[in-house]
Amino acid sequence: MAKVLVFIDNPGQGLKKSSLELLTIARSLGEPAVAFNGELHDDAAAALAAYGVQALYRPSAADLDDYLVGPKASYLAAAVQTSGATVVLTENSAEGKEIAARLSIKLGAGVITDVVAVDPDGTAHKSVLAGSYITTAKATTPVAVLTVKSNSITPEPAVTGTAPEAVTIEVPETATAASARVTARTEKPASGRPDLTEARIVVAGGRGVDGNFGPLEELADALGAAIGASRAATDAGWIGHDAQVGQTGKTVSPQLYISAGISGAIQQKSGMQTAKVIVAVNKDAESPIFEIADFGVVGDLFQVLPQATAEIKKRRG
Amino acid sequence: MEETLKIIVLVKHVPDAQFDRHLTGEASTVDRSESILSELDEYALEAALQLSEARGGEAAGNKVIALSMGPAGAVNAVKKSLQIGATEGVHLSDEALAGSDAAATSLALAAAIRHLGADAPADLVLTGMASTDGETSLVPAQLAERLGLPQITFAASLELDAGKLTARRDGDTHADTIEAELPAVVSVTDQINDPRYPNFKGIMAAKKKTITTLSLADIGVDAAQVGKSGSWTAVETAEARPPRTAGTIITDEGDAGIQLVEFLAAQKLL
Repeated sequence: MAKVLVFIDNPGQGLKKSSLELLTIARSLGEPAVAFNGELHDDAAAALAAYGVQALYRPSAADLDDYLVGPKASYLAAAVQTSGATVVLTENSAEGKEIAARLSIKLGAGVITDVVAVDPDGTAHKSVLAGSYITTAKATTPVAVLTVKSNSITPEPAVTGTAPEAVTIEVPETATAASARVTARTEKPASGRPDLTEARIVVAGGRGVDGNFGPLEELADALGAAIGASRAATDAGWIGHDAQVGQTGKTVSPQLYISAGISGAIQQKSGMQTAKVIVAVNKDAESPIFEIADFGVVGDLFQVLPQATAEIKKRRG
Repeated sequence: MEETLKIIVLVKHVPDAQFDRHLTGEASTVDRSESILSELDEYALEAALQLSEARGGEAAGNKVIALSMGPAGAVNAVKKSLQIGATEGVHLSDEALAGSDAAATSLALAAAIRHLGADAPADLVLTGMASTDGETSLVPAQLAERLGLPQITFAASLELDAGKLTARRDGDTHADTIEAELPAVVSVTDQINDPRYPNFKGIMAAKKKTITTLSLADIGVDAAQVGKSGSWTAVETAEARPPRTAGTIITDEGDAGIQLVEFLAAQKLL
Protein backbone atom coordinates (compact mmCIF):
# COMPACT_ATOMS: atom_id res chain seq x y z
CA MET A 1 0.00 0.00 0.00
CA ALA A 2 1.24 3.47 -0.88
CA LYS A 3 2.69 5.43 2.02
CA VAL A 4 1.41 9.00 2.29
CA LEU A 5 3.38 11.49 4.37
CA VAL A 6 1.54 14.48 5.84
CA PHE A 7 3.64 17.44 7.05
CA ILE A 8 2.20 19.16 10.11
CA ASP A 9 4.14 22.24 11.16
CA ASN A 10 3.63 23.04 14.86
CA PRO A 11 0.54 20.91 15.56
CA GLY A 12 -0.32 23.10 18.57
CA GLN A 13 -2.58 22.01 21.43
CA GLY A 14 -5.01 20.24 19.12
CA LEU A 15 -4.83 19.69 15.38
CA LYS A 16 -6.24 22.34 13.07
CA LYS A 17 -9.16 21.37 10.84
CA SER A 18 -6.91 21.67 7.78
CA SER A 19 -4.51 19.09 9.28
CA LEU A 20 -7.41 16.69 9.94
CA GLU A 21 -8.45 17.14 6.31
CA LEU A 22 -4.95 16.21 5.13
CA LEU A 23 -5.01 13.08 7.32
CA THR A 24 -8.41 12.09 5.92
CA ILE A 25 -7.14 12.48 2.34
CA ALA A 26 -3.94 10.59 3.20
CA ARG A 27 -5.99 7.65 4.46
CA SER A 28 -7.99 7.59 1.22
CA LEU A 29 -4.72 7.27 -0.74
CA GLY A 30 -2.87 4.71 1.36
CA GLU A 31 -1.13 4.33 4.69
CA PRO A 32 -0.88 7.68 6.47
CA ALA A 33 2.35 8.83 8.13
CA VAL A 34 3.03 12.21 9.73
CA ALA A 35 6.17 14.29 9.94
CA PHE A 36 5.65 17.09 12.43
CA ASN A 37 7.78 20.00 13.57
CA GLY A 38 7.65 21.58 17.01
CA GLU A 39 6.02 20.19 20.12
CA LEU A 40 3.47 17.40 20.04
CA HIS A 41 0.94 17.90 22.82
CA ASP A 42 -1.22 15.05 24.12
CA ASP A 43 -4.42 16.20 22.39
CA ALA A 44 -2.66 16.50 19.05
CA ALA A 45 -1.06 13.07 19.50
CA ALA A 46 -4.47 11.61 20.34
CA ALA A 47 -5.93 13.12 17.18
CA LEU A 48 -3.15 11.58 15.07
CA ALA A 49 -3.92 8.19 16.60
CA ALA A 50 -7.67 8.62 16.06
CA TYR A 51 -7.03 9.45 12.41
CA GLY A 52 -5.15 6.21 11.88
CA VAL A 53 -1.60 7.55 11.55
CA GLN A 54 0.69 4.53 11.17
CA ALA A 55 4.11 6.16 11.43
CA LEU A 56 5.21 9.36 13.12
CA TYR A 57 8.38 11.39 12.59
CA ARG A 58 9.93 14.28 14.50
CA PRO A 59 13.05 16.29 13.61
CA SER A 60 16.31 15.95 15.53
CA ALA A 61 16.57 19.74 15.61
CA ALA A 62 14.34 22.01 17.71
CA ASP A 63 15.24 25.24 15.93
CA LEU A 64 13.63 24.75 12.50
CA ASP A 65 11.27 27.67 13.18
CA ASP A 66 14.28 29.98 13.39
CA TYR A 67 14.83 29.66 9.64
CA LEU A 68 12.63 30.36 6.66
CA VAL A 69 11.51 27.19 4.89
CA GLY A 70 14.90 25.69 3.91
CA PRO A 71 15.67 23.38 6.88
CA LYS A 72 12.03 22.25 7.10
CA ALA A 73 12.30 21.08 3.50
CA SER A 74 15.55 19.24 4.33
CA TYR A 75 13.88 17.53 7.30
CA LEU A 76 10.88 16.56 5.21
CA ALA A 77 13.09 15.18 2.44
CA ALA A 78 14.83 12.95 5.01
CA ALA A 79 11.44 11.86 6.39
CA VAL A 80 10.27 10.93 2.89
CA GLN A 81 13.38 8.74 2.46
CA THR A 82 12.90 7.03 5.81
CA SER A 83 9.17 6.48 5.40
CA GLY A 84 9.29 5.41 1.76
CA ALA A 85 6.36 7.73 1.06
CA THR A 86 5.28 8.22 -2.55
CA VAL A 87 2.86 11.05 -1.82
CA VAL A 88 3.54 14.08 0.39
CA LEU A 89 0.71 16.35 1.52
CA THR A 90 1.18 19.84 2.98
CA GLU A 91 -1.20 22.68 3.67
CA ASN A 92 -1.67 25.27 0.94
CA SER A 93 -0.36 28.26 2.93
CA ALA A 94 2.48 30.41 1.55
CA GLU A 95 4.97 28.49 3.70
CA GLY A 96 3.37 25.12 2.90
CA LYS A 97 3.79 25.77 -0.82
CA GLU A 98 7.39 26.94 -0.40
CA ILE A 99 8.36 23.89 1.64
CA ALA A 100 6.74 21.81 -1.11
CA ALA A 101 8.69 23.77 -3.73
CA ARG A 102 12.11 23.17 -2.15
CA LEU A 103 11.21 19.58 -1.27
CA SER A 104 10.23 18.90 -4.89
CA ILE A 105 13.67 19.91 -6.15
CA LYS A 106 15.44 17.84 -3.47
CA LEU A 107 13.40 14.76 -4.40
CA GLY A 108 12.92 15.34 -8.11
CA ALA A 109 9.21 15.23 -7.37
CA GLY A 110 6.39 16.98 -9.19
CA VAL A 111 4.41 19.42 -7.07
CA ILE A 112 0.81 20.46 -7.58
CA THR A 113 -0.54 23.41 -5.55
CA ASP A 114 -4.07 24.55 -4.68
CA VAL A 115 -5.43 21.01 -4.78
CA VAL A 116 -9.09 20.59 -3.77
CA ALA A 117 -9.47 16.81 -4.23
CA VAL A 118 -7.26 13.79 -4.89
CA ASP A 119 -8.40 10.59 -6.62
CA PRO A 120 -7.12 7.23 -5.32
CA ASP A 121 -4.75 7.05 -8.33
CA GLY A 122 -3.14 10.36 -7.34
CA THR A 123 -4.92 12.58 -9.85
CA ALA A 124 -5.28 16.03 -8.30
CA HIS A 125 -8.13 18.42 -8.98
CA LYS A 126 -7.67 22.19 -8.90
CA SER A 127 -9.03 25.47 -10.27
CA VAL A 128 -6.85 27.70 -12.42
CA LEU A 129 -7.02 31.19 -13.94
CA ALA A 130 -8.89 32.67 -11.01
CA GLY A 131 -11.38 29.83 -10.85
CA SER A 132 -12.40 30.02 -14.51
CA TYR A 133 -11.14 26.48 -15.28
CA ILE A 134 -11.27 23.21 -13.38
CA THR A 135 -8.29 21.00 -14.21
CA THR A 136 -6.92 17.62 -13.25
CA ALA A 137 -3.17 17.11 -13.07
CA LYS A 138 -0.83 14.36 -12.04
CA ALA A 139 2.80 14.17 -11.02
CA THR A 140 4.78 12.08 -13.51
CA THR A 141 7.54 11.38 -10.96
CA PRO A 142 7.91 8.51 -8.42
CA VAL A 143 7.01 10.90 -5.58
CA ALA A 144 4.20 13.45 -5.78
CA VAL A 145 3.96 16.54 -3.57
CA LEU A 146 0.49 18.04 -3.20
CA THR A 147 -0.47 21.20 -1.34
CA VAL A 148 -4.15 20.95 -0.43
CA LYS A 149 -6.54 23.84 0.19
CA SER A 150 -8.57 23.95 3.40
CA ASN A 151 -12.27 23.12 3.25
CA SER A 152 -11.61 20.47 0.61
CA ILE A 153 -13.05 17.50 2.50
CA THR A 154 -14.95 16.72 5.72
CA PRO A 155 -12.46 15.34 8.27
CA GLU A 156 -13.27 11.80 9.42
CA PRO A 157 -11.42 9.78 12.04
CA ALA A 158 -10.30 6.25 11.16
CA VAL A 159 -12.51 3.25 11.94
CA THR A 160 -9.68 1.82 14.03
CA GLY A 161 -7.26 4.06 15.84
CA THR A 162 -3.52 3.56 16.08
CA ALA A 163 -0.74 4.23 18.57
CA PRO A 164 2.18 5.57 16.53
CA GLU A 165 5.56 6.04 18.25
CA ALA A 166 7.55 9.06 17.07
CA VAL A 167 10.78 8.24 15.25
CA THR A 168 13.45 10.95 15.19
CA ILE A 169 14.67 12.02 11.76
CA GLU A 170 18.20 13.36 11.65
CA VAL A 171 18.13 16.85 10.08
CA PRO A 172 21.29 17.22 8.00
CA GLU A 173 23.77 19.68 9.53
CA THR A 174 24.02 21.46 6.20
CA ALA A 175 20.27 22.20 6.25
CA THR A 176 20.63 25.66 7.77
CA ALA A 177 23.66 26.76 5.75
CA ALA A 178 21.93 28.63 2.93
CA SER A 179 18.79 29.68 4.77
CA ALA A 180 17.36 33.01 5.76
CA ARG A 181 16.99 33.42 9.52
CA VAL A 182 13.89 34.52 11.38
CA THR A 183 15.33 37.10 13.78
CA ALA A 184 12.12 38.44 15.32
CA ARG A 185 8.54 37.26 15.51
CA THR A 186 5.48 39.25 16.53
CA GLU A 187 2.36 37.23 17.28
CA LYS A 188 -0.85 38.79 16.01
CA PRO A 189 -3.79 39.06 18.40
CA ALA A 190 -6.43 36.38 17.81
CA SER A 191 -9.76 37.73 16.57
CA GLY A 192 -11.88 34.94 18.04
CA ARG A 193 -13.49 34.51 14.61
CA PRO A 194 -12.93 31.54 12.29
CA ASP A 195 -9.84 31.44 10.11
CA LEU A 196 -10.56 33.24 6.83
CA THR A 197 -9.52 30.39 4.54
CA GLU A 198 -11.34 27.76 6.63
CA ALA A 199 -14.56 29.68 7.37
CA ARG A 200 -17.92 28.41 6.13
CA ILE A 201 -19.14 32.00 5.81
CA VAL A 202 -17.15 35.13 4.98
CA VAL A 203 -18.39 38.72 5.34
CA ALA A 204 -16.11 41.03 3.35
CA GLY A 205 -15.93 44.82 3.06
CA GLY A 206 -14.37 47.19 0.57
CA ARG A 207 -14.09 50.88 -0.21
CA GLY A 208 -17.77 51.42 0.58
CA VAL A 209 -17.17 50.49 4.23
CA ASP A 210 -15.39 53.84 4.56
CA GLY A 211 -13.32 52.83 7.55
CA ASN A 212 -16.15 51.36 9.61
CA PHE A 213 -16.15 47.56 9.72
CA GLY A 214 -18.53 47.60 12.74
CA PRO A 215 -21.73 46.57 10.89
CA LEU A 216 -19.78 43.80 9.08
CA GLU A 217 -18.33 42.47 12.32
CA GLU A 218 -21.78 42.36 13.94
CA LEU A 219 -23.22 40.45 10.97
CA ALA A 220 -20.18 38.15 10.92
CA ASP A 221 -20.60 37.34 14.60
CA ALA A 222 -24.32 36.65 14.16
CA LEU A 223 -23.44 34.20 11.37
CA GLY A 224 -20.24 32.76 12.90
CA ALA A 225 -18.37 34.14 9.91
CA ALA A 226 -14.83 35.32 9.22
CA ILE A 227 -14.11 38.90 8.12
CA GLY A 228 -12.53 39.55 4.75
CA ALA A 229 -11.68 42.69 2.83
CA SER A 230 -10.83 43.98 -0.61
CA ARG A 231 -7.42 45.46 -1.30
CA ALA A 232 -8.92 48.98 -1.22
CA ALA A 233 -9.90 48.42 2.42
CA THR A 234 -6.57 46.90 3.49
CA ASP A 235 -4.55 49.55 1.63
CA ALA A 236 -6.58 52.23 3.40
CA GLY A 237 -5.43 50.68 6.68
CA TRP A 238 -8.98 49.99 7.90
CA ILE A 239 -8.16 46.33 8.48
CA GLY A 240 -5.04 44.13 8.45
CA HIS A 241 -3.56 42.86 5.20
CA ASP A 242 -4.13 39.27 6.36
CA ALA A 243 -7.88 39.87 5.82
CA GLN A 244 -7.38 40.61 2.13
CA VAL A 245 -9.26 38.41 -0.31
CA GLY A 246 -8.17 38.46 -3.92
CA GLN A 247 -5.29 37.97 -6.29
CA THR A 248 -2.64 39.22 -3.88
CA GLY A 249 -4.44 38.07 -0.76
CA LYS A 250 -6.31 34.91 0.08
CA THR A 251 -8.43 32.72 -2.13
CA VAL A 252 -11.55 31.56 -0.32
CA SER A 253 -14.30 29.13 -1.31
CA PRO A 254 -16.85 29.37 1.51
CA GLN A 255 -20.46 28.21 1.43
CA LEU A 256 -21.51 31.87 1.61
CA TYR A 257 -19.63 35.06 0.74
CA ILE A 258 -21.29 38.33 1.68
CA SER A 259 -19.65 41.22 -0.15
CA ALA A 260 -20.38 44.70 1.20
CA GLY A 261 -19.21 47.92 -0.45
CA ILE A 262 -16.91 46.03 -2.84
CA SER A 263 -17.14 46.86 -6.53
CA GLY A 264 -15.84 43.45 -7.60
CA ALA A 265 -12.88 44.12 -9.88
CA ILE A 266 -11.21 41.05 -11.39
CA GLN A 267 -8.47 41.06 -8.72
CA GLN A 268 -11.12 40.72 -6.01
CA LYS A 269 -13.24 38.23 -7.95
CA SER A 270 -10.27 35.93 -8.43
CA GLY A 271 -10.17 35.40 -4.66
CA MET A 272 -13.84 34.57 -4.09
CA GLN A 273 -15.71 33.56 -7.21
CA THR A 274 -15.62 29.87 -6.35
CA ALA A 275 -17.77 30.59 -3.27
CA LYS A 276 -20.95 28.51 -3.37
CA VAL A 277 -23.32 31.42 -2.80
CA ILE A 278 -22.46 35.10 -3.26
CA VAL A 279 -24.50 37.92 -1.73
CA ALA A 280 -23.59 41.51 -2.59
CA VAL A 281 -24.60 44.84 -1.10
CA ASN A 282 -23.43 47.95 -2.92
CA LYS A 283 -24.77 51.46 -3.50
CA ASP A 284 -23.72 51.41 -7.14
CA ALA A 285 -26.05 49.32 -9.31
CA GLU A 286 -23.34 49.22 -12.00
CA SER A 287 -20.81 47.41 -9.77
CA PRO A 288 -19.43 44.32 -11.51
CA ILE A 289 -19.99 42.31 -8.31
CA PHE A 290 -23.70 42.17 -9.23
CA GLU A 291 -22.83 40.17 -12.37
CA ILE A 292 -21.80 37.22 -10.23
CA ALA A 293 -24.02 37.68 -7.17
CA ASP A 294 -26.75 35.13 -6.46
CA PHE A 295 -28.53 37.77 -4.42
CA GLY A 296 -27.74 41.47 -4.73
CA VAL A 297 -28.97 44.53 -2.92
CA VAL A 298 -28.50 47.96 -4.43
CA GLY A 299 -28.49 49.96 -1.25
CA ASP A 300 -26.61 51.41 1.70
CA LEU A 301 -24.68 48.75 3.59
CA PHE A 302 -25.03 50.81 6.79
CA GLN A 303 -28.83 50.32 6.52
CA VAL A 304 -28.99 46.84 5.05
CA LEU A 305 -26.44 44.96 7.17
CA PRO A 306 -27.69 46.08 10.62
CA GLN A 307 -31.24 45.23 9.52
CA ALA A 308 -30.09 41.78 8.41
CA THR A 309 -28.19 41.23 11.67
CA ALA A 310 -31.26 42.21 13.70
CA GLU A 311 -33.46 39.90 11.61
CA ILE A 312 -31.08 36.94 12.12
CA LYS A 313 -31.05 37.51 15.88
CA LYS A 314 -34.84 37.84 15.91
CA ARG A 315 -35.30 34.54 14.02
CA ARG A 316 -33.00 32.78 16.38
CA GLY A 317 -34.92 34.22 19.30
CA MET B 1 30.30 42.98 -2.38
CA GLU B 2 27.88 45.73 -1.77
CA GLU B 3 29.68 48.64 -3.42
CA THR B 4 27.75 47.93 -6.59
CA LEU B 5 24.85 45.57 -7.07
CA LYS B 6 23.99 43.18 -9.85
CA ILE B 7 20.31 42.40 -9.56
CA ILE B 8 18.37 40.05 -11.82
CA VAL B 9 14.63 40.69 -11.83
CA LEU B 10 12.42 37.93 -13.21
CA VAL B 11 9.56 39.34 -15.25
CA LYS B 12 6.77 37.36 -16.84
CA HIS B 13 4.58 38.15 -19.80
CA VAL B 14 1.09 37.06 -18.75
CA PRO B 15 -2.43 37.27 -20.15
CA ASP B 16 -4.14 40.50 -19.14
CA ALA B 17 -6.57 39.60 -16.36
CA GLN B 18 -8.90 42.38 -17.51
CA PHE B 19 -9.96 40.14 -20.38
CA ASP B 20 -11.27 36.57 -20.38
CA ARG B 21 -8.35 34.16 -20.09
CA HIS B 22 -8.23 30.74 -21.71
CA LEU B 23 -6.43 27.45 -21.72
CA THR B 24 -5.58 26.17 -25.15
CA GLY B 25 -4.18 23.19 -27.02
CA GLU B 26 -3.56 19.59 -26.10
CA ALA B 27 -1.37 20.41 -23.10
CA SER B 28 -3.89 22.97 -21.77
CA THR B 29 -1.40 25.81 -21.67
CA VAL B 30 -2.35 29.45 -21.24
CA ASP B 31 -3.38 31.45 -24.31
CA ARG B 32 -0.82 34.29 -24.36
CA SER B 33 -2.44 36.70 -26.79
CA GLU B 34 -3.43 39.97 -25.05
CA SER B 35 -0.49 39.68 -22.67
CA ILE B 36 1.25 42.25 -20.50
CA LEU B 37 4.08 42.49 -17.96
CA SER B 38 2.69 40.74 -14.86
CA GLU B 39 1.63 43.52 -12.53
CA LEU B 40 3.08 41.65 -9.55
CA ASP B 41 6.53 41.76 -11.16
CA GLU B 42 6.42 45.57 -11.25
CA TYR B 43 6.87 45.52 -7.46
CA ALA B 44 10.03 43.41 -7.83
CA LEU B 45 11.39 45.76 -10.49
CA GLU B 46 10.64 48.80 -8.32
CA ALA B 47 12.38 47.17 -5.34
CA ALA B 48 15.42 46.49 -7.53
CA LEU B 49 15.52 50.05 -8.85
CA GLN B 50 15.27 51.49 -5.34
CA LEU B 51 18.16 49.34 -4.10
CA SER B 52 20.22 50.35 -7.14
CA GLU B 53 19.38 54.06 -6.88
CA ALA B 54 20.26 54.14 -3.18
CA ARG B 55 23.79 53.14 -4.30
CA GLY B 56 24.13 55.63 -7.13
CA GLY B 57 22.17 53.76 -9.78
CA GLU B 58 23.49 52.80 -13.17
CA ALA B 59 26.05 55.62 -13.17
CA ALA B 60 27.78 54.03 -10.16
CA GLY B 61 27.90 50.66 -11.88
CA ASN B 62 24.78 49.03 -10.46
CA LYS B 63 22.93 46.73 -12.80
CA VAL B 64 19.26 45.79 -12.89
CA ILE B 65 18.79 43.03 -15.45
CA ALA B 66 15.22 42.13 -16.47
CA LEU B 67 15.05 38.43 -17.39
CA SER B 68 11.99 36.93 -19.02
CA MET B 69 11.42 33.37 -20.18
CA GLY B 70 8.70 32.90 -22.74
CA PRO B 71 7.71 32.85 -26.40
CA ALA B 72 8.46 35.70 -28.84
CA GLY B 73 5.89 38.04 -27.29
CA ALA B 74 7.59 37.87 -23.89
CA VAL B 75 10.17 40.34 -25.16
CA ASN B 76 7.47 42.94 -24.55
CA ALA B 77 7.72 42.33 -20.81
CA VAL B 78 11.47 42.94 -21.09
CA LYS B 79 10.93 46.13 -23.13
CA LYS B 80 8.43 47.45 -20.60
CA SER B 81 10.94 46.73 -17.81
CA LEU B 82 13.61 48.69 -19.69
CA GLN B 83 11.21 51.61 -20.07
CA ILE B 84 10.53 51.53 -16.35
CA GLY B 85 14.25 51.62 -15.64
CA ALA B 86 16.02 48.25 -15.90
CA THR B 87 19.53 48.70 -17.30
CA GLU B 88 19.53 45.70 -19.61
CA GLY B 89 17.16 43.01 -20.79
CA VAL B 90 17.45 39.28 -21.37
CA HIS B 91 14.89 37.15 -23.16
CA LEU B 92 15.21 33.39 -22.72
CA SER B 93 13.28 31.97 -25.62
CA ASP B 94 13.22 28.50 -27.10
CA GLU B 95 10.41 26.48 -28.63
CA ALA B 96 11.34 23.56 -26.39
CA LEU B 97 10.38 25.60 -23.30
CA ALA B 98 6.66 25.60 -24.15
CA GLY B 99 4.57 23.71 -21.61
CA SER B 100 7.19 23.82 -18.85
CA ASP B 101 5.81 23.37 -15.33
CA ALA B 102 7.29 25.15 -12.31
CA ALA B 103 10.09 22.60 -11.92
CA ALA B 104 11.18 22.88 -15.57
CA THR B 105 10.78 26.67 -15.49
CA SER B 106 12.98 26.95 -12.42
CA LEU B 107 15.58 24.67 -14.04
CA ALA B 108 15.80 26.89 -17.12
CA LEU B 109 15.80 30.12 -15.11
CA ALA B 110 18.49 28.81 -12.75
CA ALA B 111 20.67 27.97 -15.75
CA ALA B 112 20.05 31.40 -17.26
CA ILE B 113 20.92 33.11 -13.95
CA ARG B 114 24.18 31.12 -13.73
CA HIS B 115 24.92 32.03 -17.35
CA LEU B 116 24.35 35.73 -16.64
CA GLY B 117 26.60 35.42 -13.62
CA ALA B 118 29.49 33.82 -15.52
CA ASP B 119 31.63 37.00 -15.27
CA ALA B 120 30.26 38.25 -11.94
CA PRO B 121 27.54 36.35 -10.05
CA ALA B 122 24.29 38.19 -9.36
CA ASP B 123 23.97 39.55 -5.82
CA LEU B 124 20.23 39.31 -5.80
CA VAL B 125 17.46 37.62 -7.76
CA LEU B 126 14.16 39.46 -7.30
CA THR B 127 10.70 38.17 -8.26
CA GLY B 128 7.05 39.02 -7.71
CA MET B 129 4.99 37.07 -5.16
CA ALA B 130 3.33 34.95 -7.85
CA SER B 131 2.64 34.98 -11.55
CA THR B 132 -0.86 36.21 -12.26
CA ASP B 133 -1.51 33.27 -14.58
CA GLY B 134 -0.06 30.11 -12.99
CA GLU B 135 -0.36 31.52 -9.45
CA THR B 136 1.56 28.65 -7.82
CA SER B 137 4.31 30.80 -6.18
CA LEU B 138 6.62 27.78 -6.53
CA VAL B 139 9.34 29.17 -8.77
CA PRO B 140 11.14 31.53 -6.32
CA ALA B 141 11.61 28.77 -3.72
CA GLN B 142 12.57 26.22 -6.39
CA LEU B 143 15.11 28.66 -7.82
CA ALA B 144 16.62 29.23 -4.38
CA GLU B 145 16.92 25.47 -3.91
CA ARG B 146 18.47 24.95 -7.33
CA LEU B 147 20.92 27.83 -6.87
CA GLY B 148 21.73 26.82 -3.29
CA LEU B 149 20.75 30.28 -2.05
CA PRO B 150 18.70 31.51 0.90
CA GLN B 151 15.21 32.66 0.02
CA ILE B 152 13.32 35.58 1.48
CA THR B 153 9.84 35.15 0.11
CA PHE B 154 6.75 37.35 0.37
CA ALA B 155 8.81 40.28 1.59
CA ALA B 156 6.55 43.19 2.54
CA SER B 157 9.61 45.37 3.13
CA LEU B 158 13.24 44.99 2.15
CA GLU B 159 16.43 46.69 3.28
CA LEU B 160 20.04 46.05 2.41
CA ASP B 161 22.90 47.10 4.62
CA ALA B 162 26.50 45.87 4.46
CA GLY B 163 25.59 42.81 2.42
CA LYS B 164 22.75 41.80 4.75
CA LEU B 165 19.11 41.79 3.68
CA THR B 166 16.37 42.44 6.22
CA ALA B 167 12.74 41.91 5.31
CA ARG B 168 9.33 41.79 6.95
CA ARG B 169 7.08 38.87 6.16
CA ASP B 170 3.44 38.88 7.29
CA GLY B 171 1.85 35.58 8.18
CA ASP B 172 -1.68 34.86 9.38
CA THR B 173 -0.79 34.44 13.01
CA HIS B 174 2.50 36.33 13.20
CA ALA B 175 4.77 38.80 11.43
CA ASP B 176 8.44 37.86 11.07
CA THR B 177 11.66 39.76 10.54
CA ILE B 178 13.85 37.76 8.17
CA GLU B 179 17.58 38.19 7.54
CA ALA B 180 19.91 36.72 4.96
CA GLU B 181 23.30 37.51 3.52
CA LEU B 182 23.73 38.22 -0.19
CA PRO B 183 23.48 36.49 -2.59
CA ALA B 184 19.81 35.54 -2.16
CA VAL B 185 16.50 35.01 -3.94
CA VAL B 186 13.82 37.44 -2.80
CA SER B 187 10.14 37.58 -3.75
CA VAL B 188 8.20 40.71 -2.83
CA THR B 189 4.50 41.33 -2.20
CA ASP B 190 2.33 44.17 -3.46
CA GLN B 191 2.73 45.81 -0.03
CA ILE B 192 6.39 46.66 -0.50
CA ASN B 193 6.24 49.80 -2.67
CA ASP B 194 4.32 51.81 -5.26
CA PRO B 195 5.78 50.88 -8.64
CA ARG B 196 6.63 53.78 -10.94
CA TYR B 197 5.26 54.18 -14.46
CA PRO B 198 7.55 54.56 -17.45
CA ASN B 199 7.90 58.24 -18.35
CA PHE B 200 8.77 59.74 -21.75
CA LYS B 201 12.47 59.93 -20.87
CA GLY B 202 12.45 56.28 -19.83
CA ILE B 203 10.67 55.20 -22.99
CA MET B 204 13.23 57.03 -25.15
CA ALA B 205 16.19 55.74 -23.11
CA ALA B 206 14.91 52.16 -23.40
CA LYS B 207 15.37 52.24 -27.18
CA LYS B 208 19.13 52.43 -26.65
CA LYS B 209 19.30 49.59 -24.11
CA THR B 210 20.43 46.10 -25.03
CA ILE B 211 18.14 43.08 -25.10
CA THR B 212 20.05 39.80 -25.27
CA THR B 213 18.19 36.76 -26.55
CA LEU B 214 19.29 33.42 -25.10
CA SER B 215 18.41 29.95 -26.39
CA LEU B 216 18.61 26.73 -24.40
CA ALA B 217 21.91 25.94 -26.12
CA ASP B 218 23.32 29.26 -24.87
CA ILE B 219 22.61 28.34 -21.25
CA GLY B 220 23.62 24.69 -21.56
CA VAL B 221 20.21 23.10 -21.09
CA ASP B 222 18.95 20.13 -23.15
CA ALA B 223 15.53 20.43 -24.72
CA ALA B 224 14.48 17.20 -22.93
CA GLN B 225 15.08 18.84 -19.51
CA VAL B 226 12.33 21.41 -20.10
CA GLY B 227 8.94 21.74 -21.75
CA LYS B 228 6.47 18.91 -21.45
CA SER B 229 9.18 16.21 -21.41
CA GLY B 230 11.15 17.91 -18.63
CA SER B 231 8.11 18.70 -16.49
CA TRP B 232 7.33 16.65 -13.40
CA THR B 233 3.60 17.26 -13.60
CA ALA B 234 1.12 16.99 -16.45
CA VAL B 235 -2.30 18.56 -16.86
CA GLU B 236 -4.70 15.79 -17.84
CA THR B 237 -8.02 17.54 -18.28
CA ALA B 238 -9.18 21.16 -18.32
CA GLU B 239 -12.77 22.24 -18.28
CA ALA B 240 -14.08 25.78 -18.38
CA ARG B 241 -16.21 26.45 -15.34
CA PRO B 242 -19.62 27.67 -16.40
CA PRO B 243 -19.57 31.44 -15.85
CA ARG B 244 -21.49 32.64 -12.82
CA THR B 245 -24.69 34.36 -13.74
CA ALA B 246 -26.39 37.15 -11.89
CA GLY B 247 -29.21 36.09 -9.59
CA THR B 248 -31.84 38.26 -8.01
CA ILE B 249 -30.90 41.92 -7.71
CA ILE B 250 -33.16 44.16 -5.66
CA THR B 251 -33.06 47.84 -4.82
CA ASP B 252 -33.42 48.60 -1.12
CA GLU B 253 -36.79 50.08 -0.32
CA GLY B 254 -36.39 49.80 3.42
CA ASP B 255 -36.63 46.04 3.91
CA ALA B 256 -33.65 44.69 1.90
CA GLY B 257 -31.92 43.43 5.05
CA ILE B 258 -34.95 41.27 5.84
CA GLN B 259 -35.16 40.04 2.23
CA LEU B 260 -31.46 39.21 2.40
CA VAL B 261 -32.05 37.03 5.48
CA GLU B 262 -35.04 35.38 3.77
CA PHE B 263 -32.76 34.50 0.86
CA LEU B 264 -30.18 33.00 3.25
CA ALA B 265 -32.92 31.01 5.01
CA ALA B 266 -34.23 29.68 1.68
CA GLN B 267 -30.67 28.60 0.81
CA LYS B 268 -30.38 26.91 4.23
CA LEU B 269 -27.42 29.08 5.10
CA LEU B 270 -28.62 30.29 8.49
